[in-house]
Amino acid sequence: MTATPTAKPVPTVTSGTEPTTSGVSVPAALALGDDALVLSHRLGEWAGHAPVLEEEVALANIALDLLGQARVLLSLVGDEDELAFLREERSFRNLQLVEQPNGDFAHTIARQFFFSVHQRLLYGQLATTDGPFAGLAAKAVKEVAYHQDHAEHWIARLGDGTAESHERMQRACDALWRFTGEMFEPVEGLEVDLMALEARWLERVTAVLERATLTVPSGARTGAWSAGAGRQGLHTESFGRMLAEMQHLHRSHPGASW
Amino acid sequence: MTAVTADAYEAAFDAAVAADERIEPRDWMPEAYRATLVRQMAQHAHSEIIGMQPEANWITRAPSLRRKAILMAKVQDEAGHGLYLYSAAETLGTSRDELLDKLHTGRQKYSSIFNYPTLTWADVGAIGWLVDGAAITNQVPLCRCSYGPYARAMVRICKEESFHQRQGYELLLALSRGTPEQHAMAQDAVDRWWWPSLMMFGPPDDASAHSAQSMAWKIKRHSNDELRQRFVDICVPQAESLGLTLPDPDLRWNEERGHHDFGAIDWSEFQAVLKGNGPCNEQRINQRRRAHEEGAWVRDAAAAYAEKHQAAQHTESVEATA
Repeated sequence: MTATPTAKPVPTVTSGTEPTTSGVSVPAALALGDDALVLSHRLGEWAGHAPVLEEEVALANIALDLLGQARVLLSLVGDEDELAFLREERSFRNLQLVEQPNGDFAHTIARQFFFSVHQRLLYGQLATTDGPFAGLAAKAVKEVAYHQDHAEHWIARLGDGTAESHERMQRACDALWRFTGEMFEPVEGLEVDLMALEARWLERVTAVLERATLTVPSGARTGAWSAGAGRQGLHTESFGRMLAEMQHLHRSHPGASW
Repeated sequence: MTAVTADAYEAAFDAAVAADERIEPRDWMPEAYRATLVRQMAQHAHSEIIGMQPEANWITRAPSLRRKAILMAKVQDEAGHGLYLYSAAETLGTSRDELLDKLHTGRQKYSSIFNYPTLTWADVGAIGWLVDGAAITNQVPLCRCSYGPYARAMVRICKEESFHQRQGYELLLALSRGTPEQHAMAQDAVDRWWWPSLMMFGPPDDASAHSAQSMAWKIKRHSNDELRQRFVDICVPQAESLGLTLPDPDLRWNEERGHHDFGAIDWSEFQAVLKGNGPCNEQRINQRRRAHEEGAWVRDAAAAYAEKHQAAQHTESVEATA
């Protein structure tokens, strides 16, 4: 036996970063698809636990929209189920933001707000290009507009509601702020104007938070240790546990159809 | 109201029911009719809400993205059905808050079936096929119920329920035709859900407290035993085409009756579950209470915000950012 450790390749279902025959960049499709898949899963955890029945409906609705987007995106580069259920943590390319645990309702809303504003701007840009994501983006941007609207209304209600809700909403925004810089890291094959995206994101987020009597968090956003990490398969600790739950049944029956 | 007018109102109500006309929220109705409807519609709404739990238990573990989407959509529909039914019950002069409070304090019940645990993925299919199937058999006649808002809610709900039932059947079929492990999983689920599903039709006719009056008022159109028999007759051929068996050695076709005979139901189990001693009674109600309690600050915030911004409401909208 040699003492030299051999570098084991990270197991991936799709190998390489060559564009697929449809011209879709694998890293870009995985990044967008994994964001939608993972956030959808987190929202699915709310089922039966929401603060009011209308939110059972709304959160499930958003989760379903995102799952629909994930299925289209993952199918562009491989088998959706193999990609969702057979990749390990290090092969997922989602933002660390979307894998964050639900926390209280304010944390869920802050996560949704930061992500939806980003996703709407991003898909808005992609929809105007003639790239491979234009069709999907044009359809999805309508769904995302609803998600953003839902989140922004809750930011207002919680921020400008009671003293307790104000405090919880502020705490949630502060806690998730450091995961937002990652949204503006370049992704191979995703042709968007990141500078414009970031400026407009910050502008919108600032306006909505201020209108909700909340303070824009002052902590590090870009340059934080997390920036870009999820896109490189470096995740936070709760993510592995989330995947264990998500994948266990599929992995227990190799090759079965459902 | 004088005795004479009260009698006249009652006569008009009886005539409307006899003529199969719909009773509407502003119409006069006997207090006992109102109370029976509130009780039944509330229990129905509560069942939709509690019924989300056993299925939501598998959302995060669904084995394919297609199945996950179907299950999420179903659980979402159930929340929607709960909302329609609470709204329909509110037309009788109660409120959702009041009804939820009765659920949380154990003063109103929900369907006993949701006190059983979902132990495997196949249970999601068994619930769709059997539990939703039993619910539809019960609910289709309610589309002709004498109380208009309830009947109309049921038309909409039954459409969605039939869809869920077909999806459950299709899920079980995929398992039944899958690997031996998947087939066994499907059979085990059907074995565990069959008898509890038969209990969903309620006690036998000779022991059903509310049946006679509800039938006279045309809230109910068929007896418990009639509906149970109809369900068994529907399920037997479906089980055959699924390639699964039903766990009843006494189940056989009776040529003379033109129906399937089936074995005796364990009513002591039914009574135990109704009394709160089923496998998941505690867990289900605790989760519901916890969601409500933990959500109190959110509802308070929404109310406080609405009060502050009453005048300005609806004037703000999200401008396009894209």
